[in-house]
Amino acid sequence: MRRMRAGATAVALTMSVGLLAAGCSGSSTPTATSSTTGGTSDKPVTVTWWHNSNTDPGKGYYEQVAKDYQAEHPNVTIEISAMAHEDMVTKLEAAFQSGDAPDIYMERGGGELKAHVAAGLTKDISTASADVIKTIGGSVAGWQVDGKTYGLPFSMGIVGFWYNTKIWSDAGITKAPATWDEFYTDIATLKSKGIAPLSVGAADGWPAAHYYYYFALRECSQDVLTKGLSTFDFTDSCWLKAGKDIQEFIAAAPFNDGYLATVAQTGATSASGLLTFGKVSAEMQGHWEPGVMQGLNDGKAVENIGWFPFPSISGGKGDPAAAIGGGDAWAASAKAPDEAVDFMNYLLSDKVQKGFAELNMGLPTNPAASGSVADPTLKTLLDFRDKSPFVQLYFDTALGTNVGNAMNAAVVNVFAGKAEPQSIIDDSTAAAALE
Amino acid sequence: MDVADEATARQGGTASPATSAPTRGAGSAHALPAPPRSRARRRTDGGLRKGLEIAFFVTPALAIFSVFVVWPVIRAIHFSLYSWKGYGPMVDFVGLKNYVTVLGNDVFQGALVNNLTIMVVSIAVQLPLGLAVALLLNRKLKGRNILRTIVFVPYVLAEVVTGVIWRQMLQAQYGLIDTIAAAIGFPTPQQGFLGDTSYAMGALMVVLTWKYLGLAVVLFLAGLTSVPEELFEAAQIDGASWWQVQRKVTIPLLGPTVRMWAFLSIIGSIQVFDMVWILTKGGPANATQTMATFLYSFGVDRNLYGIASAASVILFVISLVLALTYQRIFMRRDADGGLATGRKAKKVGAR
Repeated sequence: MRRMRAGATAVALTMSVGLLAAGCSGSSTPTATSSTTGGTSDKPVTVTWWHNSNTDPGKGYYEQVAKDYQAEHPNVTIEISAMAHEDMVTKLEAAFQSGDAPDIYMERGGGELKAHVAAGLTKDISTASADVIKTIGGSVAGWQVDGKTYGLPFSMGIVGFWYNTKIWSDAGITKAPATWDEFYTDIATLKSKGIAPLSVGAADGWPAAHYYYYFALRECSQDVLTKGLSTFDFTDSCWLKAGKDIQEFIAAAPFNDGYLATVAQTGATSASGLLTFGKVSAEMQGHWEPGVMQGLNDGKAVENIGWFPFPSISGGKGDPAAAIGGGDAWAASAKAPDEAVDFMNYLLSDKVQKGFAELNMGLPTNPAASGSVADPTLKTLLDFRDKSPFVQLYFDTALGTNVGNAMNAAVVNVFAGKAEPQSIIDDSTAAAALE
Repeated sequence: MDVADEATARQGGTASPATSAPTRGAGSAHALPAPPRSRARRRTDGGLRKGLEIAFFVTPALAIFSVFVVWPVIRAIHFSLYSWKGYGPMVDFVGLKNYVTVLGNDVFQGALVNNLTIMVVSIAVQLPLGLAVALLLNRKLKGRNILRTIVFVPYVLAEVVTGVIWRQMLQAQYGLIDTIAAAIGFPTPQQGFLGDTSYAMGALMVVLTWKYLGLAVVLFLAGLTSVPEELFEAAQIDGASWWQVQRKVTIPLLGPTVRMWAFLSIIGSIQVFDMVWILTKGGPANATQTMATFLYSFGVDRNLYGIASAASVILFVISLVLALTYQRIFMRRDADGGLATGRKAKKVGAR
């Protein structure tokens, strides 16, 4: 234990020094970095790569991608470790603590990334990946700290409403609601037909909290929102307004019975399960929902499922086209060789991203690959994402685990009718004081 | 911080040579020509030998105990004095601030109350129920062994399995219990028993009782077998009814077993985690939060290892104080009684 941490300290130290040096050289002589890249290109290099596509077709696809890259760069050997997601997260945490992180790993961005950067664990790739960053555009914002880029998002989805089009049309609703007034009318209509309009896995916290994120996104201007999330400043009245929106929404009783004890995704009576088996008419969830539902439905795709974005709020200062979302990015650990970053750039290339989209492995961030997404419902989601002025990272990810989880728990308390909207702000601020 | 580590490490280092030192001494003693020895010398040799034997048998247990119990406790205390997120150097020393944060936290206070509730209710419900079942199963009935097995099965089931089964049964609207209740027209809370803040704790207690009643019964049954048969006979000959025999003979003689069971129950109640985590995750709205789920959510979910460690140290101190107080007050006589023969008994007399 002692040795491990001493080692980590040493690594962190050298890394921060290295970062400092990289930062300096990056700003003064941008060509210096590229020339060193050229210089090392002949020496044999091994790049370790951890990812969570541990089943086919994803696993095989990534093996092929690595093989293709090695054919073009004979000096580079890529060592892949494909792991189940939870295993990967646990092992990664341990690897960071022991200072033995893989060269390329999956980074979720936000507060977690901020902590990694503060501990000097992650490599600044602003210069080495400048072209790719330009191609990806706004999605990369969640992986930037103080103007420097640390990760390349390769899959980026947004949260929205998944609904059973058959139930809705049977209830006489012909088009998806664009405003909250319309949505409230639809909720009343569905309830009058004896159908629970929505399910939510409030027992897991985050699915309920997503509602607060979206209300805040619609109520707050982009400036107030991003500044508030990065400095833990929730004093603007829009944050409280979003909490009051939640309270009003709960008062309309739109959710399944027992939503406080409902989990998000496991089993037939989970929030996703209820939608899968037509027990509720809709659920607000991330882009992974079709996959989850398919899993719950014995591997068969669920039919009659449509998607619509979070409706707009009258008087809200936020852009109605903005979205809450998140994704996965490739990041390089601080001591990774330059070849690792070059390979990351390759992973974001048109060719690799197209293949990625065709195999339904996620929602590609490279616009050139958007056309390769076949599923029409996912295509609706993707179109909305691409038109969004900005995609705000899930608040809990953006805020980091501490404040994020405190905010989620506070939102659930409001969902349970056990706390006032003000407590969301108070609890989040109190958690921020512990940082 | 590293200096402190070094110091403890060095202490640990010197500790093991200390235990091995007698070995060397003994070795050389044996190597010396044996016969011409004074009595006194021989006695110290005997003492040395005895010490050596004790060291030999105790060292492995002591080593395991230090590595897996003492050392983690020391580390937890160490962590609890820092504001630390789990990685990077631990440099932000905050003294006792984490303890102030934990003790002043509403959720922690609620969790403490919940733990105490679980502790009291467990004993208040399981003791009479367990005794009743044990006395019943101690009579000569048909199928007694099958009944005993049935009562004990829940305890053998893995906690996780029990939790998952009960969570499904208690599910609102679609769960077995709500379905049955609906069929007979019995009203259930709209949020389900686990989703309603005023029922969740009760539902948790039902599940915990179902799970742990078996342990109480089996312990009590074991205690009953140690009550000498002659006492029952004597009481019956004196004309005591079955009830009188139970009240005046059996239950008093079960005392040590009951006190031992209550001790286990108290410690279990203070540390309960798995069942709560699976059934409710401490929710809804913290209604079933316990100290263990509190420290999990701060450590694992929120990465505030300093605060989680402070909570764990507080939990440890509460358990320790409770355990020691309980043993002092209720179990002293039991422990001494267990060693009734020989020196120990004399010592009690002397005291």
